[in-house]
Amino acid sequence: MNDSRDLILGRIRERLGRSPANVAPAQTAMDVALAAKSAGPRPRTDADLVAAFRARSEALASTVDQVACLADVPRAVAAYLAEHKLPARAVCVPDLAGLDWRGAGVEVEARGAIDHDLVGITGCFRAIAETGTLMLCTGRATPATVSLLPETHIAVVPATAIVDGMEEAWSAARSEFGQMPRAVNFISGPSRTGDIEQTIVLGAHGPYRVHVVIAHGQ
Amino acid sequence: MHFKARAVAQLADAGVQSNLKKAKGKFVDKRRDAIAEFLAQGGDFEALREAGMELRNRVLADLDLWLEKFEVNATARGAKVLWARDGAEACRLIVDIAKRHGVKKATKSKSMLSEEAGLNQALEAAGIQPVETDLGEYILQINDNEPPSHIIAPVVHKSKEEIADLFARVHKKPRLTDIGEMTREAREVLRSHFLSADMGISGGNFLVAETGSVALVTNEGNGRMVTTVPKVHVVITGIEKVIPTLEDLSLLLRLLIRSATGQPISNYVSLLTGMKGEGDLDGPENMYFVLVDNGRSDLLASEFNDMLRCIRCGACMNHCPVYQTIGGHAYGWVYPGPMGSVLTPLYMGMENALDLPHAATLCNQCGVVCPVKIPLPDLLRTLREKQVEKKLRPLSERLALKAWAWVATRPALYALGTKFAVRYLNWLAGGGKSIAVLGAAPEWTAGRDFPAPQGRTFREMYARRKRS
Repeated sequence: MNDSRDLILGRIRERLGRSPANVAPAQTAMDVALAAKSAGPRPRTDADLVAAFRARSEALASTVDQVACLADVPRAVAAYLAEHKLPARAVCVPDLAGLDWRGAGVEVEARGAIDHDLVGITGCFRAIAETGTLMLCTGRATPATVSLLPETHIAVVPATAIVDGMEEAWSAARSEFGQMPRAVNFISGPSRTGDIEQTIVLGAHGPYRVHVVIAHGQ
Repeated sequence: MHFKARAVAQLADAGVQSNLKKAKGKFVDKRRDAIAEFLAQGGDFEALREAGMELRNRVLADLDLWLEKFEVNATARGAKVLWARDGAEACRLIVDIAKRHGVKKATKSKSMLSEEAGLNQALEAAGIQPVETDLGEYILQINDNEPPSHIIAPVVHKSKEEIADLFARVHKKPRLTDIGEMTREAREVLRSHFLSADMGISGGNFLVAETGSVALVTNEGNGRMVTTVPKVHVVITGIEKVIPTLEDLSLLLRLLIRSATGQPISNYVSLLTGMKGEGDLDGPENMYFVLVDNGRSDLLASEFNDMLRCIRCGACMNHCPVYQTIGGHAYGWVYPGPMGSVLTPLYMGMENALDLPHAATLCNQCGVVCPVKIPLPDLLRTLREKQVEKKLRPLSERLALKAWAWVATRPALYALGTKFAVRYLNWLAGGGKSIAVLGAAPEWTAGRDFPAPQGRTFREMYARRKRS
């Protein structure tokens, strides 16, 4: 194994003409690039991030609801479930288990999802206005399966979590976690495939429906 | 079977032809619309292509250092980084990993490198069941491991009727013809595999040196499944896929996804770093990277260095008039279209893919849509030159080229020659606008007419204009 490593890297160095003289400047240039983290050309910043995020989420076939504050989320979720004739029962990331779900008539279990869960409720770390994308980070209270296995994924998005683009989201992740969480999942609407005759079908392996509830206040 | 014979067979296959016709407009239109939308959002796609090219060049110029940086950071998060010189070694490493962890079944998300390496065959031979989970790749696998015909739409050559027959036969269920219902049936079959697999194998769209992570782009969610549920995650990818930072990832995603499927973003983009942490409820307990060379290092700093920038979007084939006409299977190996016509001879040996560099009109559609500005027609031309240098072309062709060069460097002779050629072609056309059978090259007119020359030659007109 190590043989192959040395052979491959040796071959690369030989092709690139690596020498003791040029390794130091190249290292410095690398360190500069890693520290600078400069962004490439980007589209225009949206004046109203919430409106832009909402419009682009809907363009991705997600549905969006808005509530005044986090405490209003369970009732909005209950209404969505009733409207879609879904059971008032869901698996929920432990992170959001503290909301008054019972008061809204929704029975939640705070755990990772299993195959038969129909509805999964998650929060999100950031949401991206440029593309209408949710950014979920895994951790003890935020398992990845909840946004993946159930047929319906409901995501709670605090309006303050909506940022311009992925670059702002990366900076936030660096400062909040220090190092990247095991999985950062960017979710942009329901799972889909176009493999058969390039016809888009929703619900390939992940959720058929993604419903976003934006909470404006705490 | 050689390219020509395969291309003829694909041209004669009415089913393939009708499926290709259906697909060809869709990819082109979607990409165009996505770029128009990006411009409306105040984005500059040309500036993005330029930046993408510059970034990929920068990494390739110091590839050794970026790979070492990636290795250090991935290892620091507990992943094991292994290196493979070729596909066979990659297969050996992955079979060993599977055996070490007692793996019986491995779910796979799409990886072109695993196709290069023949990984499925190697796993099967070792008694490990590989299950392809990208819907397109799954369809091919259950159809006796048929090879893909497109790098991102592997079953673009198949109609839903053919797939309906296949599902009914393999799933042993009533035949469905609604694409939504067929997709649900495949979802249910694959869901049980996702939940019972001991190992997940993914490719890697990018390796991020800064964080030691792999970035995966999928629409179906299978990439997330194979990297969340099983206890072992193996990434198999090429050594050229490394990029410096997360900001660079954002830049390349803006290019890749619009160029590939014409979406502003795919449904899922995952950045995976290390393993399940203490107290985590899901995630693999072991993570391996298998970094494969398989001919890549030979291209570094060579006249084919530009090809290593490729981010595998498929735009070159989607826009190629040759690919649109013959489909992917005619190209004979993993990579079709213009990028395949460059990569196949370089990775498989020039003498094993003599026709491919000629399977192009050099119209440069591929060059203008490539998100990282790979000059594909130039590379194809360079390959043609190499074939002549290495005496890989037939003697008759080489002699004909020599004769042409001899005439072309003698202006008077050349003028005389073209004058006669024009008269001859006009005689063949019999006064009409097209030639049904071209005397010296009847193959050329087998499927189309040759236009008859109009009026006088350029040199004649130029001479007349100078006089007046």
